[in-house]
Amino acid sequence: MAKVTIDGIEIEVPDGTTILNAARQIGGKIVPPAMCYYTSLKDTGGKCRVCLVKVSQGSAKDPRPMPKLVASCRTPVADGMVVQNITSPDVLEARKGVVEFLLLNHPIDCPICDQAGECDLQDLTYEHGTEVTRTEFERRTFDKIDIGDKIKLHMTRCIMCYRCVYVADQLTPERVHGVLNRGDHSEISTYIEKAVDNDFSGNMIDVCPVGALTDRTFRFKSRVWFTKPMDAHRNCSKCCGKVVLWMKGDDILRVTGRKDHYGEVREFICNECRFEHKNTADWVIGGPRHINRHSVISQNHYEKVDLQKLRKEIDRQIVFQKGKQLPETSTSHS
Amino acid sequence: MGKKLLLEHINEPGIQSFEVYRKKGGYASVEKALKTMKPDDVTEEVKRSGLRGRGGAGFPTGMKWSFIDKKSGKPRYLVCNADESEPGTFKDRYLMEHIPHILIEGMITSSYALGANTSYIYIRGEYMYVAQILERAIDEAYANGFLGDHILGTDYSLNLYVHVGAGAYICGEETALLESLEGKRGNPRLKPPFPAVAGLYSCPTVVNNVETIAAVVPIVNLGGDEYAKIGVGRSTGTKLISASGHINKPGVYEIELGLPVEEFIFSEEYCGGVWKERRLKAVVAGGSSVPILPAGLILTTAKGEPRLMTYESLADGGFVTGTMLGSGGFIVMDETTNIVQNLFTFTRFYRHESCGQCSPCREGTAWMEKILHRLLQGKGKKTDIDILVNAAKNIEGNTICPLGDAAAWPVAAAIRHFRKEFEEIAESTTEGKKLEIATH
Repeated sequence: MAKVTIDGIEIEVPDGTTILNAARQIGGKIVPPAMCYYTSLKDTGGKCRVCLVKVSQGSAKDPRPMPKLVASCRTPVADGMVVQNITSPDVLEARKGVVEFLLLNHPIDCPICDQAGECDLQDLTYEHGTEVTRTEFERRTFDKIDIGDKIKLHMTRCIMCYRCVYVADQLTPERVHGVLNRGDHSEISTYIEKAVDNDFSGNMIDVCPVGALTDRTFRFKSRVWFTKPMDAHRNCSKCCGKVVLWMKGDDILRVTGRKDHYGEVREFICNECRFEHKNTADWVIGGPRHINRHSVISQNHYEKVDLQKLRKEIDRQIVFQKGKQLPETSTSHS
Repeated sequence: MGKKLLLEHINEPGIQSFEVYRKKGGYASVEKALKTMKPDDVTEEVKRSGLRGRGGAGFPTGMKWSFIDKKSGKPRYLVCNADESEPGTFKDRYLMEHIPHILIEGMITSSYALGANTSYIYIRGEYMYVAQILERAIDEAYANGFLGDHILGTDYSLNLYVHVGAGAYICGEETALLESLEGKRGNPRLKPPFPAVAGLYSCPTVVNNVETIAAVVPIVNLGGDEYAKIGVGRSTGTKLISASGHINKPGVYEIELGLPVEEFIFSEEYCGGVWKERRLKAVVAGGSSVPILPAGLILTTAKGEPRLMTYESLADGGFVTGTMLGSGGFIVMDETTNIVQNLFTFTRFYRHESCGQCSPCREGTAWMEKILHRLLQGKGKKTDIDILVNAAKNIEGNTICPLGDAAAWPVAAAIRHFRKEFEEIAESTTEGKKLEIATH
């Protein structure tokens, strides 16, 4: 076990835990944002650089600070490590710089983007970006391509997090897409515009932090905040069958995996569940799903406010404000 | 006349061949090491020699070797980084082209020290003809019993392979090089783990520059202490410098570390002064990544001491008034040089070579290039200069590998020392004047 202090809050975590995961165990505002790291995909992380933190004390044994800001998603903790995230002006400054870089070529076409409302880049920009852009150059554009009959790839919006590449590598039997070219010309692509055709390819839509990979069965059907997320499941021979149905009235507009507090899917679902079952009769519907993030989705008041739950959440935050470790939340998000 | 350790026999006819090289005392270090020394003794000699990495970072080689994980039981590898791609640097090519056997000899001795039974020379794709020279040299070494099983009748066996890259600057970064050598896309890895623990095929690996490995030959022959007598302070031995730009005698020179910069530029033995009777304007002392210094600061430090060709003296004053020895790519610029144009050339290179894996480098290098291009086209603004400085600051230190730093440092340094030129270009162009770029 290793004792680590993040922004003044101490926590004990097993050896080998990354700084990011230690921070997530504390929870709250001190958790660094992450655009490329994905817990359930091996080797992800380290690329987007938004999770940079300052290690002001390396460990109890070697108290020297680390010379550069480090990617918290890939740096393991050490006993006695002291980390600064939101308490370090350097970190906030660097993060602001990274957000600016990510937006240099992003089209910022949120008004016509299906991801808007549940977009990690949107959230990141609101929290850490600046109001103005300093670039006056034409932005990089690519043609939209269909990878398979269900997925649309719009590279123009891509921030090169590589998550979908890891999905292709780790979830599907044959790797048919990857990164072409290098530098600011690099793009995610299928090598010969070949259709991605396997049972789990749809998960790349869920892992995409922006609107670069979208569900063709849902494109332009509705803004996400006009749909109601409902937990549901079915018996599926290929996957866990646990999904979220995004409904409008009695219609199922979209099916996705269940994302946790940090926007990550823990249990991937198959394409059949995702694309083929848009009929409520196919599903056992559990109930409304709480989307616990700074998202506009919850503004839709699709779920009844449970006053008892709210009271508990407020108490939990009060304890956290006093500088203690955040107690486990009473509701499970998975 | 400075001492020559690597290029001593460069003018010997036929030195490319095994026979001539052997006649001139070649492969003596292999005999000495394998027959009279234990592997750790060789490492100890390298430590005592004070040899520092010649690829650019200047990390002590002996220390790097001692980090290699010998307890894991996994095979260990030595990889020679011959992906010499830094603009302004061509010393490794010169050495490998003319005396290929010194690298092979260094590889055998170093591999013995590290306990590696398979070693690789990763050479850049543009050096295909040099790779062929190395292949021939390796064949000769096999034929004469210096490679293969039971070298010189001892228990030590080594197989040496040349691997040709496909032309990417990023593959000179050691972990990207290893990825490429494994047959993958040459993207740098996240560290830790460092190659000394998990390098090639996740086994303990040491990656060294060509010149570093070649320098092991004289170190073993002379002994570490004798080698350390050459040079000044912690900069020991000799160093190959690739001198280019506006000088009378461009080329590769072997210097004893500690040579005054002024002597190097102006003496007949080395660069022979600035060409066309012009005055010296600026020098990039260690390959395009290191900060540029104006004439005044390259000849003397901010404290007024003469600047020497050593790791310490060139770095004196930090990045505010100093630079780095780097890879020894010494680019001299005369008074007619347009610094903005020069910086654009460098930045265009880094934009082209960024692997695109992490955001600050991928987006930042392209942005800086676009801004510089706009300035040169006469459409720039004065605020562009501050944006450049700020973008460079946001890249520096925030990337996965040092390519980001390498792209940011020249921008920051050029503006730090030559801000006036940037302002002039920004102002003259906003008034609509046609910009004249000096050409030679």
